[in-house]
Amino acid sequence: MLSRVADSIYWLNRYIERADNVARFVDVNLNLMLDLPDGLSQQWEPLILTTGDLELFKERYGKATPDNVIQFLTFDAKYPNSIFSCVQLARENARSIREIISSEMWEQVNGFFMMVKDASQRPVRTTLPNFFTQTKLASHRFAGVMDATMTRNEGWHFGQMGRLQERADKTARILDVKYFYLLPSVEWVGTPLDQIQWISLLRSVSAYEMYRKSQRRITPNSVAEFLILNREFPRSIHFCLKEVERSMHEVTGTPIGTWCNSAERSIGRLCAELGYLTIDDVIDVGLHEFLDQMQKRINEVGVKMWETFFAIEPIVNKTTTTMSQRLGNMSQTMG
Amino acid sequence: MHLENYNPELFYDELFAELGKPRPSAAPLIEWMKELPLQELQQHRETAQIALFNLGVTFNVYSDSQGIEKVFPFDIIPRIIAAQEWENLEKGLKQRIKALNLFLGDIYNEQRIIKDNIIPTEIIESATGFLKPCIGMKPFGGIWCHITGTDLVRDKDGAWYVLEDNLRVPSGASYFLENRRVMKSTFPEIFQTMNVKPVDDYPSHLLETLLNLTPPHLSDPTVVVLTPGIYNSAYFEHSFLAQQMGVELVEGRDLVVVDGYLQMRTTKGLRRVDVIYRRVDDDFLDPLVFRSDSLLGVPGLMNVFRQGRVALANAPGTGVADDKVVYAYVPEMIRYYLGEEPILNNVPTYLCWRDQDKDYVLHNLEKLVVKAANESGGYGMLIGSNSTIEQQEEFAERIKANPRNYIAQPILSLSRVPTLIDDAIEGRHVDLRPYILHRGDEIYVHPGGLTRVALKKGSLVVNSSQGGGSKDTWVLNH
Repeated sequence: MLSRVADSIYWLNRYIERADNVARFVDVNLNLMLDLPDGLSQQWEPLILTTGDLELFKERYGKATPDNVIQFLTFDAKYPNSIFSCVQLARENARSIREIISSEMWEQVNGFFMMVKDASQRPVRTTLPNFFTQTKLASHRFAGVMDATMTRNEGWHFGQMGRLQERADKTARILDVKYFYLLPSVEWVGTPLDQIQWISLLRSVSAYEMYRKSQRRITPNSVAEFLILNREFPRSIHFCLKEVERSMHEVTGTPIGTWCNSAERSIGRLCAELGYLTIDDVIDVGLHEFLDQMQKRINEVGVKMWETFFAIEPIVNKTTTTMSQRLGNMSQTMG
Repeated sequence: MHLENYNPELFYDELFAELGKPRPSAAPLIEWMKELPLQELQQHRETAQIALFNLGVTFNVYSDSQGIEKVFPFDIIPRIIAAQEWENLEKGLKQRIKALNLFLGDIYNEQRIIKDNIIPTEIIESATGFLKPCIGMKPFGGIWCHITGTDLVRDKDGAWYVLEDNLRVPSGASYFLENRRVMKSTFPEIFQTMNVKPVDDYPSHLLETLLNLTPPHLSDPTVVVLTPGIYNSAYFEHSFLAQQMGVELVEGRDLVVVDGYLQMRTTKGLRRVDVIYRRVDDDFLDPLVFRSDSLLGVPGLMNVFRQGRVALANAPGTGVADDKVVYAYVPEMIRYYLGEEPILNNVPTYLCWRDQDKDYVLHNLEKLVVKAANESGGYGMLIGSNSTIEQQEEFAERIKANPRNYIAQPILSLSRVPTLIDDAIEGRHVDLRPYILHRGDEIYVHPGGLTRVALKKGSLVVNSSQGGGSKDTWVLNH
């Protein structure tokens, strides 16, 4: 498969998944703010903090009001990680590989973009919850259509790697949101408000029901354990990264547990560590510190993948090559 | 649906012989349409348009920053070509392409046609499509123009004329394929009764033509389609044809010359490429030979091509025959290379580099179509009857300044086909672009091709960039 094509299908899936997760972010916050007891002020800054783009936001909007934050994260065409930009970029990528993906996949991405574009032209607060639902559904539909119509070839595996790598990263960030929420004081830990915040968080990653089935009582440690270490839940970090590893080895043909390039090595190490961690180890490091580290490691896997599969430089006389490499995707999106 | 009053007026109508009276070949279609309520026809048009949009049958509009593609407007009333008529066209096209291909091989090698005083050497050397780097080239099998999309038109009396040969990288094949798909699902009943020649196998023929360009010892040659990328107006087609042929769609940046061969960058390292169906213009193919600022091509490609290690379809340099002055000599070429009389006519052409012709043109601008010799797509053109005095004067100046670059032709009253406009059926002017594949020992003409229609009332310009649409073309079996 062409390196450029592999790169595009990888990013197509990452962008769709990213749009989906940004919708989850914002939606959960909208919900949370409705449940705040009287007298507590709304918190929107944590949301921007978790994206890692606080500086950019401050520069563009200044204060974190609900409207500002929502506009920034959903419809801001100049912010490369807004839902609008993600879906637009997903579509651009899909368009450049239409002959590789199934036409049903293209129709989904195209329809998805039309929906987001329509919504962006009349951003009304009251229709937002519906918009976020539509966004999540469109992402699910895309994944489902891809699953049902595309041969399990190299392209499919690269797509899979993109989607699950993105999901692992975003689950880490969503879990981290809770760290930034300020409870009025330490005494509030374990109160109904604290509980409600954890429930919202689980809901935002569609994990609430599955969590209840396996853990029952809601405690911070169990939630963290479920979302980081669970081997069966499809949005847990460990699950996602294991799938990335599996797909990567399908592409290279190297048996899992061994490696022949730096991408395999970095994902292999990460998965092995997660496989033998307990939640107590995580808490010892500090949940926020652990998640921060995790995001960096996932990023590193992406960089190694780029070097290994996408940026194949031929051995030629450098003076005669004037290739216009598209490094853009990488620098623009690792956020 | 009332068609009794449909009036062909002063034009040749492809479906009607005279007021309310269909041609024999179109009679079953017209009878069937009469039974159809107008609303139903409109609904069908709606459905067809949506189907085409969903299929992504689009062309890009360069100015749109959001990269939104437009659907090529489609009219659901087909154009019909009777079997006999098609047979004649087919013969004429084969003859023409055969001669043009011989001309290309000759002009870049021996230049016998110049030495024998058929075409003046200045004309060839001043043609922008004449590429010096191609001199001495011998493409595989002696084939230069593998894929041609000849533009044909008909005048008032129904006579066919070749308007342009389009030997470079003609587009439109994806449109006629998708148009047909939509028509078959919209009007299955009438389609079946009419006994229309199928067109769906175009990708197979195209692939066969491309595979034909590799030496027999290559057991599993790699064919690719080379596109300028997603912002090119015909990107949809590039992607579509690659998909339908099951070959890779590559951009220049995917390719590199290593060890004397053309290679593509894959996730598993470099892989050799044997045949390129290139949809990138000559000028951009290789920055080392042509435009040095091109990022769309591959440095070193021409060298690999010259050594016969990769095949290019079409070969670079074919544009010389698209020069509208060179075009005027095609009938002579047919006589010279084949010793035959041309079956298909050229539009009579005044060449402004001849003083006598120039004088005539300058005195009769309002009766003529003036065209720049090296433009296409409906640009650089003056239609005398639809122009202002200022426009005519401007063109007169241009002609005087550079007579070599201008030709003029009488204004043909292009034939018309009934077309659904809002809530009425009106005649609209059309042309026809059949696709011809040259495989060396055999020249293949695909039945039908793209019928383009000028949707604006009275307009003679059918180009998509200027408000044109398309129709399905039905070539009948008998």
